[in-house]
Amino acid sequence: MIRLIGILVIIAGFALRLNTLLVVIASGIATGLASGMSFNEIMGEFGRLFIANRYMTLPVVMMLPVIGLLERYGLRERAEVLIRKASTATAGRIILIYTGVREVSIALGISIGGQTSVVRPILVPLAEGSAHSRYGTLSKATSARIRALAAAAENIGTFFGEDIFIAVGSILLMKGFFDTIKIEVSVWAMALWGIPTAFAAFGAMAWRARALDRLIAREGLAAEARAREKS
Amino acid sequence: MSFFSLNTFYVVGGCIMLVNAGCVAADKGHGSRWTTALFWTLLGTCFVFGASMPFVVVGYMVLGMGVLAVGGKIEKSRERTTSREERTESAKRLGNWLFVPALIVPVMAVLGTLIFPHLHWRGYSLVDPAYLSITSVCIGAALALVVGMWLTRAPVRAPVVEGSRLLQAIGWALILPQALAALGGLFAHAGVGEYVASIVETTLPTQYPSVAVAAYCLGMFLFTICMGNAFAAFAVMTGGIGVPFIVHAHGGNPAIMAAIGMLAGYCGTLVTPMAANFNLVPVMLLELEDKNAVIKAQAPMALALLAFNLLLMEFCVYRF
Repeated sequence: MIRLIGILVIIAGFALRLNTLLVVIASGIATGLASGMSFNEIMGEFGRLFIANRYMTLPVVMMLPVIGLLERYGLRERAEVLIRKASTATAGRIILIYTGVREVSIALGISIGGQTSVVRPILVPLAEGSAHSRYGTLSKATSARIRALAAAAENIGTFFGEDIFIAVGSILLMKGFFDTIKIEVSVWAMALWGIPTAFAAFGAMAWRARALDRLIAREGLAAEARAREKS
Repeated sequence: MSFFSLNTFYVVGGCIMLVNAGCVAADKGHGSRWTTALFWTLLGTCFVFGASMPFVVVGYMVLGMGVLAVGGKIEKSRERTTSREERTESAKRLGNWLFVPALIVPVMAVLGTLIFPHLHWRGYSLVDPAYLSITSVCIGAALALVVGMWLTRAPVRAPVVEGSRLLQAIGWALILPQALAALGGLFAHAGVGEYVASIVETTLPTQYPSVAVAAYCLGMFLFTICMGNAFAAFAVMTGGIGVPFIVHAHGGNPAIMAAIGMLAGYCGTLVTPMAANFNLVPVMLLELEDKNAVIKAQAPMALALLAFNLLLMEFCVYRF
């Protein structure tokens, strides 16, 4: 039972919102001590594994200068133009298009998106603006539903798109895991098997986006009816 | 021997981190200038000299980075990039050409994996065959930078400053996958996987292949909800259930198992408040009143995708 102490450290550490990196290191130390290693042995083993797994971090770092350069010259602004061009549609469809764009771009290793840099300043105004122009002022509850689904689009697009790109943390983590236990696995095979779920995720988002559009339409029509009764 | 070994790129990547440390140290307005610079110096050193340093020293350096990361001591510099007007203007000028350098990387990843194994001369290969895809991505990134520089006619300091800006935006989270992999190794060393396997074996009828798959997928889902991180759950669940039961006992395909299992874990990330930066930060950012609004929006999709992943694995893992 004592061997599971590392898992308890992680659960407790995350629940207390401690720094994730330190929680992970603490969990390793607790696990090592529980299995009878000395502190220096734990540090040695941790160092060996850290060095052996450097390739997980490397592609990310190598890509930053060029991505930063392209951002300096308007990569995001150009993507924004493309999304605006594509979205003459309903709030749900705008969010769905964003999910698709996000999945495809991250599957190619380009991260154009983010809650802070795209969802709040671009996606939410576009989606709310579209609903507003059709049905007038939105209720607070509907506006909250639009915003929550926009945030979900970012998460779903990122999670289920990224595992198609081989140089991404998760694929490299799996590769590293299998290397340590001496099982030969190809990064390409793992990336390939991420594709069906990527499509399923898009389908799931299409389902929720349609539900959102129906909700907005229902509320819009009800508001119009009320307005007519008054006049 | 190989012309571009992975170590070549570790040195290049390490230099990028050390240059970043220099950028931070030179920034007088930085809130926690010296701790942040020290963090990037330690990490850069691990990359440049990692191959020849004693492991125990590296271990203490990683511990040091963890301590430096506590309390948000690793901070960003003030952003000094182009203004929005300038960017809109150059986006108009460059148009879709802006995507070309970015697309070089995935194209190079595919081409490199296909072509590089055939490029060798008298026992010298162009790239290390063991790390083919990663080296291809690194070469692609270098090539993309050259094309990007030519396309934008940017000054040489532009990629340095911008790369440093993005590196600081990621901060300590950059080494989280690496630290989690090291944790997975320590778990394996301590026999955590065997222990979990013994518990599962005594409680579930794992002699049925489909039970093993269901236990693994649901285990990834539930463990991710508890731990708030699919990567952390992966080491425990794959070591404890996936490898012993699906791969060893029933001969399942490890690539299919891992890829789909990780995605089942992501379904857990979508519904847990433990994954604060995905599910709680947007709530504040979008000024929503209900703290769980994003989780509620995601829950139906998360459950549908969990079911999809479970069935996909049941159907494919023992067939391919």
